[in-house]
Amino acid sequence: MELTIVIGGEAGQGLNTVDYLLGKTLFRMGYHLFTTQDYMSRIRGGHNFVTIRFGTEPVKAVRDEIDILIALNQETIDLHKDRLVAGGLILYDGEAEVGDKELLQIEAKAIARNINPRGVNTVFVGAVLKLLSLDYQETVKVIREYFPREEIQEDNIKLLQEGYNRVSSRLKLEKGQASGEQIYINGNDALAMGAAAAGVKFYAAYPMSPATGIMNYLAGKQKELGLVVEQAEDEIAAINMALGASFSGIRAMTGTSGGGFALMTEAVGLAGIGEIPVVIADAQRPGPATGLPTRTEQGDLLFAINAGQGDLPLVVLAPRNHEDLFRQAFRAFDLADKYRIPVIILTDQYLADSATNVPAFDFTALQVKDYFMTEEEIREYAHNEEKVFKPYLLTESGISPRAYPGLIPGQVVLMDSDEHDEYGHITEDGEVRKAMVEKRARKLDKLCGEDLEEPLYLGGEEIDYLLIGWGSTYGALKEAREILEEEGFKVGLLSYSDVWPLPVKRLNDFRDKELVIVENNATAQFGRLISSETGIRAKYNILKYDGRPFTAREIVERFKEEVIK
Amino acid sequence: MGLLAKYEANRETAWCPGCGNFPLRQALANALAELGLSPDQVTMFSGIGQAAKMMHYIRINGFNGLHGRALPAAIGMVVANPEMKVIVESGDGDNYGEGGNHILHNIRRNPDLTHLVHNNQIYGLTKGQASPTTGYENRTTVQPEGITSDPFNPLPFAVAMRASFVARGFVGEREHLQELIKAAIMHKGYALIDILQPCVTFNRVNTYQWYKERVYKLGDDYDPTDYMAAMEKANEWGDRIPIGIIYREEKKTFRERLALTDQEGLVGKAFNPADYAFLLDEFR
Repeated sequence: MELTIVIGGEAGQGLNTVDYLLGKTLFRMGYHLFTTQDYMSRIRGGHNFVTIRFGTEPVKAVRDEIDILIALNQETIDLHKDRLVAGGLILYDGEAEVGDKELLQIEAKAIARNINPRGVNTVFVGAVLKLLSLDYQETVKVIREYFPREEIQEDNIKLLQEGYNRVSSRLKLEKGQASGEQIYINGNDALAMGAAAAGVKFYAAYPMSPATGIMNYLAGKQKELGLVVEQAEDEIAAINMALGASFSGIRAMTGTSGGGFALMTEAVGLAGIGEIPVVIADAQRPGPATGLPTRTEQGDLLFAINAGQGDLPLVVLAPRNHEDLFRQAFRAFDLADKYRIPVIILTDQYLADSATNVPAFDFTALQVKDYFMTEEEIREYAHNEEKVFKPYLLTESGISPRAYPGLIPGQVVLMDSDEHDEYGHITEDGEVRKAMVEKRARKLDKLCGEDLEEPLYLGGEEIDYLLIGWGSTYGALKEAREILEEEGFKVGLLSYSDVWPLPVKRLNDFRDKELVIVENNATAQFGRLISSETGIRAKYNILKYDGRPFTAREIVERFKEEVIK
Repeated sequence: MGLLAKYEANRETAWCPGCGNFPLRQALANALAELGLSPDQVTMFSGIGQAAKMMHYIRINGFNGLHGRALPAAIGMVVANPEMKVIVESGDGDNYGEGGNHILHNIRRNPDLTHLVHNNQIYGLTKGQASPTTGYENRTTVQPEGITSDPFNPLPFAVAMRASFVARGFVGEREHLQELIKAAIMHKGYALIDILQPCVTFNRVNTYQWYKERVYKLGDDYDPTDYMAAMEKANEWGDRIPIGIIYREEKKTFRERLALTDQEGLVGKAFNPADYAFLLDEFR
């Protein structure tokens, strides 16, 4: 059993409150759910909507069909009524032209006028719960947690009950049965929590949709976690602050979207040549330039892997879902420290702003490794004039011992954005230059051998078609693959989370299959990356670049139209 | 070994003979040694330019970062390690041109660091183009008919924003400069010293002689805590150029304004991720 509820209205009409109250209630009742936000780049007006898809089985992507439409204005009805399933319901306060759909009028404004006009949406929440024959007691608890002021809580509880009493039950749902310890979390929070778990102590950023949520989350945890969040004057300052902090010996991070990342790229190069660990989150939105600020796309891949002029080692991770966001954010810090490199996490608006239930992250399994010099090594160098510390010591692995200023008594630590010798001093010596370029490259070779993760494969042993995706398309692709399989197609799915350096082994097993690249961009950037790294060219590309995420149904239909033919 | 000797880098410099960077380096090393600081207790952040190479010619912790971006990088260290004495050191092009925006915002932050700007009113490393402080109508290779913009005067800018320590030094008055640097390092908060120094190769106008004829030291009767007087003094430029502490104001530092519960450094603190499992609670 599964249902989709869409709540639509203007910016400023309180959609987030409805989303939170309903989402959290359904989550607490044990339903699986996936909620997404579709909003415009404005504070008031326009058309925004949130989608709550929930059911008794896991749901991990958006869906096209709507079962219940809560319309806070007429425009919502006009825009979404065609997506309603047969028997679907529209909840609206007023008369409206709904064609062959069913309209359920609720006088929410009149009800709220006497209690609290600002809580008008809570009436709809109560009504929906009753329609679904669900108890409202859990929502009372959620209201108490959500609104800080007691009188506002009481008003909303009354409004909830009023809405509940105005309609009659329509559907009887199976009980929610998500098992084990679950949390309900959005993508930005999951990523930020992974960074917090890794011990990030400094986050510098400039506000930019859709990455701002990462900064908001960490800013709210500064006191509890003893970390500092600084709103920088621009993205250039943000990443340079992070690099200064990392050089000083603490884990540091910045986050932005494509435009801000473009400003950061010189400093990505600095992290490369200076061998300063740093983690950078790029929550992608459609570009170029300002593009579509509040929409989604996977358009920064080739830009990210090529960030910074010259040859430099970097890693790009593209988490595939909320659990992976947490896991990869944590891992990004480990990779950055171990190899002294920049690590970029490519997420996108779709992942950043969608929320879902996942098994509670296991903090006890996490281990933070210290990659600074050991106490024994420090003693060897301390106040030793015969032994001068070399922050760029040439080693077989390419990784040099790491110290921050002040770690070794009597020694100094030098970092240079110019090409430098082992001490960190500027050099123009051709041999030293060559040795340093090769040293930095060796680090990535080692990483490929030790730490690179091959993509996840879903599907049978005998397949005809292989869907290939990376990052956030995983949820829709997984569901699409299952639908296609049920319909009799032999389809597998390869989902990449580590995207640069590109893991190339697993794909080799599928060389002779019909390869179908599915990407949220216009030019098959990942397909081109695969082709340049492996020589393997996918025969089909299913691409989407309207700023909206894929749904499983959409992939299935396009697969049938464009691949099967 | 004495403290001063510890700052000796024993490296050949890329500076021209007679460059103002030499006396500045000496003044800096003397100031640090006289304050009893050893090289491992001080970190220098710089950008790009001849001045920015200082950390290669003096033995010190150093972050020779990107053009114009020394200040933000230094902020990272101010957050991480308040034990460290942080010096941002670079030229007029680096600080007032490429990185101009950062000065504005770091005056607002008031981080506890010392900002030394070698102001030779010209671009040296790129061979003689105008810097933000080069005089109006001066001729350069890129501005053969004369510079069309008015020069930037960092002092009234910094005073107007109530930067907590604003001073001007001159490399021709080395001991005076040395005392200024000491005062700036001891100052709690953001301390800017705009340091006049001739570029002996590319600046034919602002020579040692030019400065010597104009520069004078502020006397004991000058009160740098008087904002209006400081504004007036900061704007004095031309026939007479004052050197010394132009303005100072005690205020909370950047770090004291943060949401941190104490002023301890964040460096070298061990932690266990398992202790952070409480982060899950709000999502249940």
